[in-house]
Amino acid sequence: MSLTAHLAIAPIVIPALAAPLALLLMRRTRHLAVSISFASCAAMLLAALVLLNASADGTIRTYALGDWPAPFGIVLVIDRLSSIMLTLAATMSMIALIHAVVTRADRKGWHFHPLFQFQMLGLNGAFLTGDLFNLFVFFEVLLIASYSLMLHGQGPARLKAGVQYVIVNIVGSSLFLIALGLLYALTGTLNMADMGLRVAALGPDDQGLLRVAALLLVSVFALKAALVPLHLWLPRTYAVTTPAIASLFAIMTKVGVYSIIRVVPQIFGDGAGAAAWAPAPYLLPAAALTAVVGFAGVFVARNLSEQAAYAVIGSTGTLLIAVAGWQPDTLAAAIYYLVHSTLAGAALFLVADVVARRRASFGDTATPGPVFSQRQLAGLLFMAAAIAATGLPPLSGFIGKLLILESVFDTPGWGWAWGVILATTLIGVIGFARTGSAIFWKETPPTDGARPVVVSKADMAAPAIAIALLAAWSIGAGPATAYGAAAANQILDAAATARAVLGEP
Amino acid sequence: MTLEFLVASSIGVLVAGGIYLALRGRTFQVVLGLTLFSYAVNLFLFASGRLTLNAPPIWSKTVSDYADPLPQALVLTAIVITFGMTAFAVVLALRSFLETGSDQVDGDDAPCAPGDGPSADARREPRA
Repeated sequence: MSLTAHLAIAPIVIPALAAPLALLLMRRTRHLAVSISFASCAAMLLAALVLLNASADGTIRTYALGDWPAPFGIVLVIDRLSSIMLTLAATMSMIALIHAVVTRADRKGWHFHPLFQFQMLGLNGAFLTGDLFNLFVFFEVLLIASYSLMLHGQGPARLKAGVQYVIVNIVGSSLFLIALGLLYALTGTLNMADMGLRVAALGPDDQGLLRVAALLLVSVFALKAALVPLHLWLPRTYAVTTPAIASLFAIMTKVGVYSIIRVVPQIFGDGAGAAAWAPAPYLLPAAALTAVVGFAGVFVARNLSEQAAYAVIGSTGTLLIAVAGWQPDTLAAAIYYLVHSTLAGAALFLVADVVARRRASFGDTATPGPVFSQRQLAGLLFMAAAIAATGLPPLSGFIGKLLILESVFDTPGWGWAWGVILATTLIGVIGFARTGSAIFWKETPPTDGARPVVVSKADMAAPAIAIALLAAWSIGAGPATAYGAAAANQILDAAATARAVLGEP
Repeated sequence: MTLEFLVASSIGVLVAGGIYLALRGRTFQVVLGLTLFSYAVNLFLFASGRLTLNAPPIWSKTVSDYADPLPQALVLTAIVITFGMTAFAVVLALRSFLETGSDQVDGDDAPCAPGDGPSADARREPRA
């Protein structure tokens, strides 16, 4: 095998090597550990871009671990969608890492950089794997890293939210295993492509069990994606997490969405008998409810990080409204909006941190306080992030929502989708306007003796990069949507994926 | 009573107990519930390769009836992962209890019953 063929596993190997190195170097030579973390993220980004470019021609590359042929061994599958997700994850890691290092958030504990790398290992693995049990393992890797990262910096609020987050996810993992056990008992395979073929051959006696397994599996993914009514763990967890890490967590809910997009057409597609598209009827109402709950939370949030957490829920809802159509064009719109909403969520968390660092005891609460340094610049960043999160022009949220509205027009229940998306956009705009005007326009006289906090502008770099990328995503919408549409077609053509993975002509 | 009935009902009892305990409000009971639940899940995964008696564990060309080796590997992985996760949950619950003085899972500041909290005595006195 040539070196380029081995590139497929690079997004997993790079952080796996960087994490222990950073761990060893952290105490003695901190700067070296930080450089290793940056180098690892840059290398991941490079590898992801090469894979993105290689997948553009539509070939589905597979990488058999240990050279065990599918379906007996574990395979990694690189197609357009997984390349998009890898690139997105690497980009997000770069932004989060820059912010963590600039704001010195990485110095609040010894193990920030190793944990950060393990988090990336889990994310990249989940995007790459073509094996259902392997997906579970990578989920656990990213979860255990996220537990520790979420607690980074400690304090009672984080510990309280952490207990809930950990317990909810352990229950979720157990349900994932039950669904896996059912599917293995029914089909005798764990390879997703192979499972899709074998599901079609199941007898009538097994259809009920198959339906149970399908719904259970998608429920677990919905829990990760924070779909209503499984969203209750998210707001408190994300609002108390260190903002640099919360910005990376914006992609964690998208792992759930990605898994739904990956698994449902591949395993529970047209050929699956009673389980064919079994989760589809529940997805649209749940997604619409998620969008409403999320943007209602944006409307009433008491501080910026809580608002950002609810915006993540709302954007996942909007995203899944598009996914629930299961048509090539709705899925294409969903992929475009997925990238956008991840970056927008990250930008919101970072801006919340920029504000909180300057307002001393006021933090990021949505109450008027004394004038703080660089208020106009911070206000500008907040406005840009809010525009992106709600989907107003000129940033890419507008194009994403427009694409979703246009594509769901032919699907049943489009009226609900339109109503929910348009109404939640309005609610979101009002919510962001409320907090923005309270923080950036109103002011109270400075309290005696309190000197304004002087912070350098360097911490505005990470949110500015995120917003610049959103602008670029908006300008490059033409090629981006074309790539997304091709990715959507590839995902929905489960038979072609099965042929590529199982190596049949 | 068949083997299937025994295994299935024991998994059922474990799941019922696990879910009941996991829904309680205090961390210790929840952790116990999660443990029971993960036991049940491990047994379930083990049974997903079908229950067989006196069958060779690995496929050989001379036998047609063999025990499926894959669920055993899956169970091993699942046990290791759930063990690690449970250990993490225990430490986190303990830490949260000591730092916030409340072991309520929903994070409310409900005071513990008298004598429940991390009393000064408990922290000071070395255990025998």
